[in-house]
Amino acid sequence: MTATTQQLIRSVAEADSPAQMTAAVKKLAAAKDEAAIPTLIAVFGYNNPEAAAAAVAGLIALKEAAVPYLLAQIDDYNYGARAYSIRTLAAIADPRALEVLLASAVNDFAPSVRCAAAKGLGNLQFCKLDPPQRQTAQTKALETLLLVSQDPNWLIRYAAVVGLEALAKIPQLQQPIQTRFAQILATDTEQAICARVQLAQKLGIEDKLQTEN
Amino acid sequence: MTEATAEEYSPTNAPPLTKEQALSNLQSPDLSLRYYAAWWLGKFRVRSPAVVDALLAALEDETDRTEMGGYPLRRNAARALGKLGDLRAVPGLIKCLQCSDFYVREAAAQSLAMLKDKRAAQALMQLLEPGVAAAVQVPGRPHLTQPYEAILEALGAMGATEAIPLIEPFLEHPMPRVQCAAARAMYQLTRDFCYGEYLVKMLDSSNLQLRRVALADLGAIGYMPAAEAIAAAKVENSFKLLALKGLLEHQLQQESQGLFLTADAIRVMNLMDSLL
Repeated sequence: MTATTQQLIRSVAEADSPAQMTAAVKKLAAAKDEAAIPTLIAVFGYNNPEAAAAAVAGLIALKEAAVPYLLAQIDDYNYGARAYSIRTLAAIADPRALEVLLASAVNDFAPSVRCAAAKGLGNLQFCKLDPPQRQTAQTKALETLLLVSQDPNWLIRYAAVVGLEALAKIPQLQQPIQTRFAQILATDTEQAICARVQLAQKLGIEDKLQTEN
Repeated sequence: MTEATAEEYSPTNAPPLTKEQALSNLQSPDLSLRYYAAWWLGKFRVRSPAVVDALLAALEDETDRTEMGGYPLRRNAARALGKLGDLRAVPGLIKCLQCSDFYVREAAAQSLAMLKDKRAAQALMQLLEPGVAAAVQVPGRPHLTQPYEAILEALGAMGATEAIPLIEPFLEHPMPRVQCAAARAMYQLTRDFCYGEYLVKMLDSSNLQLRRVALADLGAIGYMPAAEAIAAAKVENSFKLLALKGLLEHQLQQESQGLFLTADAIRVMNLMDSLL
C-alpha cells in the first residue's frame, strides 16, 4: 500500500460529516488502489448514499480484484449495505458471484437486494467459465430468473424481465425466454411489466437484425 | 400526496379469513374482529354488493369509539370502500366528510380520490371554503382542522376544475406538504407545467420526508419532464422506481393501443433499469 492510499484511508476513517465522508471516499476511489477495497466496501454500511455511490463506482473500476472482497464482506444485517454489494457485483459481472446472485434473487427479504441480483444474473460474463461449467451456470441463471419473474411484487418481476432480456443474448436460452415473455404479456396485469417485456422483445429483434447483417 | 396510512397488518401476517367469515365478523360483538374484518375486505379487494352494503352500514357505526371520541371502525370501512371501486359508496363517503373524527374525514377524502366521482366535488370544496387562514393545526392534535392534503388530491384526481379558485391559495399554505398537494391538484386540473416544476423543486428540499412526498406526487400526475430529476433525487431507489412507474403508466395510457413504445416510455424504462 502506498503512503498516499494510507493517508486517503485515514481521511475516510476520520471524516466527521457526511460531506467530508463523501469527499474522502471520492478521493480514495480515484486512487484505484486495490488496498482501498475493504475500506470502500465498509462505506456501504455508513448510511451515506452519496459516499456509497462513490464507493460503488470505485469498486467497479477495480473490476475482478474487488470480487473476492465483495463476496467475503456481504453484510448479513444491513440490507442497504447488502444492496450496494450486490449492485457492485452485478456491475462487475464476474461469474464468481453466480451463487450469491442466485441465492439473493430468490431468498433475500429486501426487494432492493433481490432486484439488483436479478438484474445481475442476466449480465454475468459466462464466457469466462469453461464450457461444461458455463452451461450449468447459464441454466441456473435462467431457471432462477424464470422463477423470480413470477414474484407477487411487481418490482421483482420488472427486474427479472431486465435480467431475462440480457440473458436472451445467449442463443440457446432465447427460446424459453421468448416463451416466458409471451406468457407475461398474456397474463401480467401490470402495464409497466408488459411494457418492459415489449421493450425487451424490440431490443432482441434489433440485435438479431444486426448480427444477421 | 398523503402518506399511506400505516396499516397494522400485512398480507403475510394477516390471519386468513374467508369472505363469509369477514362479512359475519363485521357484525361481531367483538370490536377488534369487526375492525380487522373491515380492513381485510379492503386489503384483499373483496368486491361484492353484500360487502359494500356491510361496509356502508359500518360507516354509521356508533359502538366502536376511542377515548377521544374517534370512530375506528368507520375509518377502516371508509378506507376499504375506496379500494373496492363501487360507486354506491360515494354518498356514504360524502356524509363521512362531516364526521367529527378527523381520521374518518381523511379516509373518506382519500377513498373519494380513488373513486374519482364528481358528485363529491361540492362537499369537498365546502371544506376548503374557509380558506388557508382556517387551515391551522388543531391544538393538542397532530393534524390540521381538515385533511387538506387528501381533499386537494381528491379534487385534482376527479378533475374538478370548478375548484381551482379554492385550491390555488393553498400553494401559499405554510406547510410544504399541503403546498405539494395543491400543486399536484393544480397540475391535474390545468396541465400547466409550472405546477409540475413546483414539485420538481421540492425534490431539492433538505427534508427527506418532503422529497418522498414530492416524488410520489410527480409519479401520480405522470409528469414526464421530471423523469431525470426523479432518478437523481436523494431518496431511496424504491420510491424513485415507484414514481417512475407512475410516469410510465401515464405515458402508456396515452399511447395508441400500446403496439409501439414511445421514446418517452423507453426513456423512463431505461432510468428504471439503472436504479435496480
